[in-house]
Amino acid sequence: MSHGAAETAIGVKPDRPRHGEVLQVAGLVRCYGEREALGDVSLSLHEGHTLVVFGPNGAGKTTLLRVLATLLRPHSGSVRIFDRGLPEEAWAVRGRIGLVGHEPLLYRELTARENLRFHARLHGTPPARVEALLDALAMTDRAEEPLRTLSRGMVQRVAVARAVLHEPRLLLLDEPYANLDPTAIALVGPLIGGESGCTRVVCSHDPTGGLAEADLVLGLRAGRPALLRAAADVDPGEITELYR
Amino acid sequence: MNIEPKSQTTKPHAASSRAAHAPAGTSSAFTKHVQDKAPSAHAPAGTPSSSTKHVPTKTAQVVLALLRKELLVELRTLESVPGMSLFAVSTFVVFHFALHRSAVDGDLAAGVLWVTLLFAAMLGVNRLFVADAEQGGFDGFLLAPVDRSAMLLAKVCALLAYLVVLELVAVPAFALLLLGPSLGQALPGLVGVIALADVGIAVIGTLIAALAVRTRARDLLGPLLALPLLVPVVIGGARASSPLLAAGHAGGPGGRWLALLALYDLVFGLIAYAVFDFLLED
Repeated sequence: MSHGAAETAIGVKPDRPRHGEVLQVAGLVRCYGEREALGDVSLSLHEGHTLVVFGPNGAGKTTLLRVLATLLRPHSGSVRIFDRGLPEEAWAVRGRIGLVGHEPLLYRELTARENLRFHARLHGTPPARVEALLDALAMTDRAEEPLRTLSRGMVQRVAVARAVLHEPRLLLLDEPYANLDPTAIALVGPLIGGESGCTRVVCSHDPTGGLAEADLVLGLRAGRPALLRAAADVDPGEITELYR
Repeated sequence: MNIEPKSQTTKPHAASSRAAHAPAGTSSAFTKHVQDKAPSAHAPAGTPSSSTKHVPTKTAQVVLALLRKELLVELRTLESVPGMSLFAVSTFVVFHFALHRSAVDGDLAAGVLWVTLLFAAMLGVNRLFVADAEQGGFDGFLLAPVDRSAMLLAKVCALLAYLVVLELVAVPAFALLLLGPSLGQALPGLVGVIALADVGIAVIGTLIAALAVRTRARDLLGPLLALPLLVPVVIGGARASSPLLAAGHAGGPGGRWLALLALYDLVFGLIAYAVFDFLLED
């Protein structure tokens, strides 16, 4: 494992200014019963940078994201986000994290607008932000339809809107472009892509696309880090190797 | 590597505390966090992020938002209240034939009424958190920087609303199908008894539903855990309403049974408030 590659300069592209660390993970372990889903994961990520996590199904990518989202507790090791320790200070970071997971975290019987207004109320976000996001994602015309009647791609757009509703500074994205067509990918790009300016942790199965947007690459295999290096130093073949 | 040395082990469930869950709108630490939130310098295209002002969400606002969502989902799906009401009416019909009596009063009437209401309520309790568990509502809520107790309060209020609708259907049906004496005189006292019992059913039901919903055997576990805890509510409700439903209207509701119901409500309200956070968290 290339832990050494995660020295301070890791993930910093030459044309990017260095900022403070948003994410500091050291010796993270998370288990489900007796099974270790994540073991000895250590990394740090600077503000505005993107960590892309690769790994086969069951490698621990989603578990890592859920720990960072404060939805799962670390069983060992330390996790600090915005210089706040988890889980003790989870309350202090929740409003600054946006999560796009496998599930949209939306109610099927409610409309897109109702779902977003509900989350806006939880986050203290004004309703105007909901309308602006619906507009930005070209969902205004379908905003009054129950979610269960929308296509998976449209639901994914609403899920992206939910995740960025409160303008989080850290985005946790689990295959965020799944179910999206090229037009929709272009629409969500400014919100969750590199141009959003947010610090991002992205789970991906696409070596080429993932590497293109990564500053730092983490490869997981059976819950353990098998690769941790600056994206510029990673060959797509090494990522493909993770899946063998 | 730019990280701290391996730090102390964090045991599951070891560090959770109510203070750590930030009573939204009241905690100074939480308020500071919101103030600390840097204004976005990266406005997503097409969004007025630079002018968007996020304000700390008061717990009352969160409760209202959650309650509104609960009632909207129920109105759209009609999964709980119609089932509860139909169950109650059907049970009265069955009792009507099974008891082989044209009318009941006193203890028997109170027993039939309260057992039926309890089992009907269990249908609503079992469904209370299903949409949240199956559609990611729990995670969506847990990602928000709000007081976890808001969900307890909203669910209790929602279940109370379902119970009120159930009783608006069930009590007249009971009077029509089974009750011998006229309901008119008993009604004011009965409303008081039902209100106190409903609070107990709603609080205990919400607590048990939150506990059971994440298990595979939730349909079995919910009633198994809730029914023993609700027996005192049924006893208190039946004993308090028995004189109201007696032939000739024997008197008002028993004061000590009303006090028992109120005490039970208070005790379980405090227990629910103390442990609810832990039921939601990992």
